[in-house]
Amino acid sequence: MAYEMNFQPVLSRAPELIEGTIATIELSAKSIVVGLAVGLVVALGRHDGPRAVRTLATVYIEMFRNTPLLVQLFLLFFGLPFLGLRLSADEAAVIAISLNLGAYSAEIFRAGLAAISKTQVEAALALGLSKLQAMRHVVLIPALKVIYPALTGQLTLTVLGTSIASAISASELTLAGARIESSTFRSLETFLVLAAIYIAITIAFRILYALVGRLLFRRKVPPPSMRAASAFDKKEARA
Amino acid sequence: MSTALHIEGLKKYFGAHEVLKGVDLEVASGDVIAVIGRSGSGKSTMLRCINGLEPFQQGRIRIAGHVLGEGPQNLRVLRTEVGMVFQSYNLFPHLTVAENITLAPRVVRKLPRARHDELVDKVLSRVGLLDKKHAYPDELSGGQQQRVAIARSLAMEPRVMLFDEVTSALDPELTGEVLKAIQELAETGMTMVLVTHEMGFARQVATKTVFMHHGRVWESGPSEEIFGNPQTDELRAFIEPNLK
Repeated sequence: MAYEMNFQPVLSRAPELIEGTIATIELSAKSIVVGLAVGLVVALGRHDGPRAVRTLATVYIEMFRNTPLLVQLFLLFFGLPFLGLRLSADEAAVIAISLNLGAYSAEIFRAGLAAISKTQVEAALALGLSKLQAMRHVVLIPALKVIYPALTGQLTLTVLGTSIASAISASELTLAGARIESSTFRSLETFLVLAAIYIAITIAFRILYALVGRLLFRRKVPPPSMRAASAFDKKEARA
Repeated sequence: MSTALHIEGLKKYFGAHEVLKGVDLEVASGDVIAVIGRSGSGKSTMLRCINGLEPFQQGRIRIAGHVLGEGPQNLRVLRTEVGMVFQSYNLFPHLTVAENITLAPRVVRKLPRARHDELVDKVLSRVGLLDKKHAYPDELSGGQQQRVAIARSLAMEPRVMLFDEVTSALDPELTGEVLKAIQELAETGMTMVLVTHEMGFARQVATKTVFMHHGRVWESGPSEEIFGNPQTDELRAFIEPNLK
């Protein structure tokens, strides 16, 4: 009993799919911007802050890294109204995903900060830079370079993780798919299409990370093999 | 001659361990002071106290119009007037030679971009590396990196320069080019304090040599006398194997 694939009912709902895709990209972008900002500030606080700040940062990181994103989402969306704070599903989604990414990226940023030798900061201070200027101009870029692969990997997890927001009916792609599936009963086709769209989204984001990386780490040093070759050429030319 | 640096009763502890046990030192403008002594004698620690990289518990340091050890000080202003070159060069790996040099003038002094080239050319020509302007640090030899570090320090036009064992990480064949750059700087009348293991160089270039031992200035005086006619057994024991 071969199943006959029919994508027509799913594809005819393209406007909803496109809307969901845009919503997912929007949710991802907002969460990445806010989450990375939170992560960087928390990492700096944990790396170099006074004791109280370090403790606070640690508590935040441990809380968000040791609970499921879904529970964090439910707490914000269903829990906070009991304290008098009512968030829309979209707001709750951005805040929960940002805070989740903030905790994970803080640990990644911290690894980067720890990888940069203290003497680099001393050299900057000795030139008259403030601690903050030393961070910004001397530590940040080399530290980012060390952790960039780990960081972009985390961002991909975050982008895919936005699908969990469908559980509180925040507007995003998985919710759009679920609606299409429940009215067409084409489960296989619907989720194959969703998977394909998610792949396209993560690839687009990865291209963006690569471009940002090229902008941040604009070193134009030829790879080792080429350098060896050019040194060899020089020797040849001299001989 | 006016006093460029005056250290009085400097004491420094790492925990319970007393590293500097009351150091006194006076450096006149234009002096080139070599600080010699065994590892652990407190030479580098003293140097790091001078520009506030290392806090100390007792004593006073007067340098370039600032007094350290009498309440809070604007260390940032002091540091723009006191240059420091480190053993491990500490060039910033993500910046070109020119960007390494202009970072502090740009960020701290707000030097307009139009004057960057002129500044880079001026300080790089003093260390003979004009052609390396656009290179990255890891494309340079250790000796070249250290000369760039000297140029980077000079770009802030310091009144005093501190050198912390700047040739210790270099191969012997690269040491010469760095020492030559320092010697040329000495000839321009720059006030300098050099912590060094290069006895020949200290004797030849330094106007005065300070021998530190057990956290104190054990013996000091004109370099010729320190090396030619050491007064204490400790200094004799220290320089004899070094001069052979």
